[in-house]
Amino acid sequence: MQTHQYDVVIVGAGGAGMRAALEASGEVRTAVISKLYPTRSHTGAAQGGMCAALANVEEDNWEWHTFDTVKGGDYLVDQDAAEIMAKEAIDAVLDLERMGLPFNRTPEGRIDQRRFGGHTRNHGEAAVRRSCYAADRTGHMILQTLYQNCVKQDVEFFNEFYVLDLITTHDLSQGDVADGEEVHATGVVAYDLQTGEIHVFQAKAIIFATGGAGKIFKTTSNAHTLTGDGMALALRRGFPLEDMEFFQFHPTGLAGLGILLSEAARGEGGILRNSEGERFMERYAPTIKDLAPRDIVARSMANEVREGRGCGPNKDYVLLDLTHLEPAHIDAKLPDITEFARTYLGIEPYTEPVPVYPTAHYAMGGIPTNVEAEVLRDSHNVVKGLYAAGEVACVSVHGSNRLGTNSLLDINVFGKRAGRTAAAYAKTASFTELPADAADRTVAQLDEMRNRPDGDRVSDVRRELQETMDANAQVFRTGESLNQALSDIRALQARFKNVSVQDKGRLFNTDLLEALELGFLLDIAEVTVVAAINRKESRGGHYREDFPDRDDTNYMLHTMTYRRPPSAPDTADGTVEGYFDHVEEFEGYKVVLGSKSVTQTRYEPMERKY
Amino acid sequence: MTATLENPATEVGTVPSFEVTLRVRRYSPESEHGEESTWDEFTVTAHGTDRVLDALHKIKWEHDGSLTFRRSCAHGVCGSDAMRINGRNRLACKTLLKDVNPDKPITVEPIKGLPVIKDLVVDMEPFFASYREIMPFLITSGNEPSKERIQSAEQRERFDDTTKCILCAACTSSCPVFWTDGQYFGPAAIVNAHRFIFDSRDDGATQRLEILNDKEGVWRCRTTFNCTEACPRGIEITKAIQEVKRAMIRRAF
Repeated sequence: MQTHQYDVVIVGAGGAGMRAALEASGEVRTAVISKLYPTRSHTGAAQGGMCAALANVEEDNWEWHTFDTVKGGDYLVDQDAAEIMAKEAIDAVLDLERMGLPFNRTPEGRIDQRRFGGHTRNHGEAAVRRSCYAADRTGHMILQTLYQNCVKQDVEFFNEFYVLDLITTHDLSQGDVADGEEVHATGVVAYDLQTGEIHVFQAKAIIFATGGAGKIFKTTSNAHTLTGDGMALALRRGFPLEDMEFFQFHPTGLAGLGILLSEAARGEGGILRNSEGERFMERYAPTIKDLAPRDIVARSMANEVREGRGCGPNKDYVLLDLTHLEPAHIDAKLPDITEFARTYLGIEPYTEPVPVYPTAHYAMGGIPTNVEAEVLRDSHNVVKGLYAAGEVACVSVHGSNRLGTNSLLDINVFGKRAGRTAAAYAKTASFTELPADAADRTVAQLDEMRNRPDGDRVSDVRRELQETMDANAQVFRTGESLNQALSDIRALQARFKNVSVQDKGRLFNTDLLEALELGFLLDIAEVTVVAAINRKESRGGHYREDFPDRDDTNYMLHTMTYRRPPSAPDTADGTVEGYFDHVEEFEGYKVVLGSKSVTQTRYEPMERKY
Repeated sequence: MTATLENPATEVGTVPSFEVTLRVRRYSPESEHGEESTWDEFTVTAHGTDRVLDALHKIKWEHDGSLTFRRSCAHGVCGSDAMRINGRNRLACKTLLKDVNPDKPITVEPIKGLPVIKDLVVDMEPFFASYREIMPFLITSGNEPSKERIQSAEQRERFDDTTKCILCAACTSSCPVFWTDGQYFGPAAIVNAHRFIFDSRDDGATQRLEILNDKEGVWRCRTTFNCTEACPRGIEITKAIQEVKRAMIRRAF
């Protein structure tokens, strides 16, 4: 076992982690721990752009962007956070440009901007050109640019290290830490994939930037490595997860494969058509049509298929039509995604429409934080020295449905804030001694898993989890389907205790890694479904066919999901703020729901029409 | 309940399911074979749109959990799974089985020229060390502008091709010069130097050209075009290297 000491430790080297590293590493001794090489992170798969009201090509301002974000999130957005994000978006884009990001340019040589779903002029009048982009590889260019600048600043990385535990001064998992009690995060335990060695990192401040959990679903745009590690670790250590029922399904995944085709395809003029050739979005969103927010477009597509107007031999997808666009325009603006259609489906987008269907894309929920990226341990108590940013976090700027481009913005704005706040805190704080047995739990977990007798395969349990989530917790949900998913998850959790790995070695044991990841996936799927069962309304990405309307009277609240021992009280949060009356018992623990109020500043909730 | 795709990709593609055999190079110093590498053959059932990565996953998930390879995004943008497939460097996630003649066993090996850690996983550190050496970041002088730097669409286009690099090492590890001389910077590092040398906003070209003028620099390139053929992003790498060479001679960029 090795031990390390850093002022700031950042877990995850995607956009949020590296943006934080650029802020912190200039100020204090900083390390970035990542289970992948930084340039492999999934930020690199983002395509369409990053919105900021630069007004380079038409009139725009940050207030319109704030409104779109709030309305896009179906009013569950914390409006103070959305305002900060929209205001700081402008500097976030300019920061990246100064770091070298090769944005596409206007004829005047300024950063070009294009249309994107849900982004409008003057509170919904028409689509506005707000997305700053680099062809359809904006995420790739952001990831590369941030990594390049980390190289420039000589940021210290621990690549292919897998964080498996978070150490805090108090055990939060029992739910008995008093209101106002000062709790500190003091370190993390990591597993070096290449050698199998355990490393303990002591830190004054820790930033979680571990990304999303798309692999709880079968059809997803997410990487194999997006297994909700950071969220699940926090949950297991007694932290709540916020708004986990809200998962975004991106409308245009390549049919059957889930590979993402950017919304930029529609921003550049692409049209969705059903089997009758009809531009069906005209019926669902008469004003902005194909550029409605993702939840609306995804539901409309699924509805077309359900009503028999799907395409193909099984009538199970719709078509993304780019054939009316000039090939030269496609090559200049959408080269990568058209290449995906050619490579993976053998479709030539110049002349043939591309089969598409919604794909699990983004977790709106995550570890609750305030606007300084400080992590909350309930609806209001901040944990000292612990921060989260990016998809792992819930600020909440996305509410119940994230607008396209706002994730690249989120990682830059709140990644920067996390790095800055953590470094400032680390300058004033001192190290807290770690318990001598800090790594014991992790070592025991790894040994136990490695040495189990032959049992269920990791891949079988994972496949069944993903299948039940796709079948029962996707675009359309009901109480019945969600309860089916929950009962399946319970059975899979029991089987998980007996899964075995075939690779018993120490070196680069990805078999063991996949088993650990499966444990995280199960925990995340479980709270996602429990929170979805509790929310008996339809809002943004969460659509309940048995409760098709939004219910502001009972549900204008963030869901806080806690994992507690069976003996703990059913009220998760000492202050019981708008308490949700819902508890699910599991073997050895229960999931208790609490809530957190939504911050409303400028905008009263209105009916959401586009 | 949900309109899910019961039997999706097969209808979209044109090739029905088929059997495919993979011949995979194995190396695991902890195993009974020690430092010796061996070959294993696996036969799996594949579908029309399945890629080599899908077949490797089937092997790992259904036959031998110890088979070790890197992968992440699974659609050719993260650069994790460059490997040698039937003797050519490719991304496993971007290579459809039906396109590499599945009638015969498909050979899968780690990329060459970098130390193998286990099975298809190589040590990427020497590769990234060369990348870091060419100063892969924007170097500017003078005051920071209050807004964006101005760059025309034509100036932006000048280095567009080399911004596509995903650092997968398919090019560098396909280069015969790199195989025999691991000190050579290799195509990927030069591509990333090119990306900045020809960026109108950058003032560091002289320093980078100085670095690449080294005996292990661009002059080692023998223009065999292996790198261009290997690049999964379609970057014209050999051309980029030639442009760097020309810039060095003419000091024009």
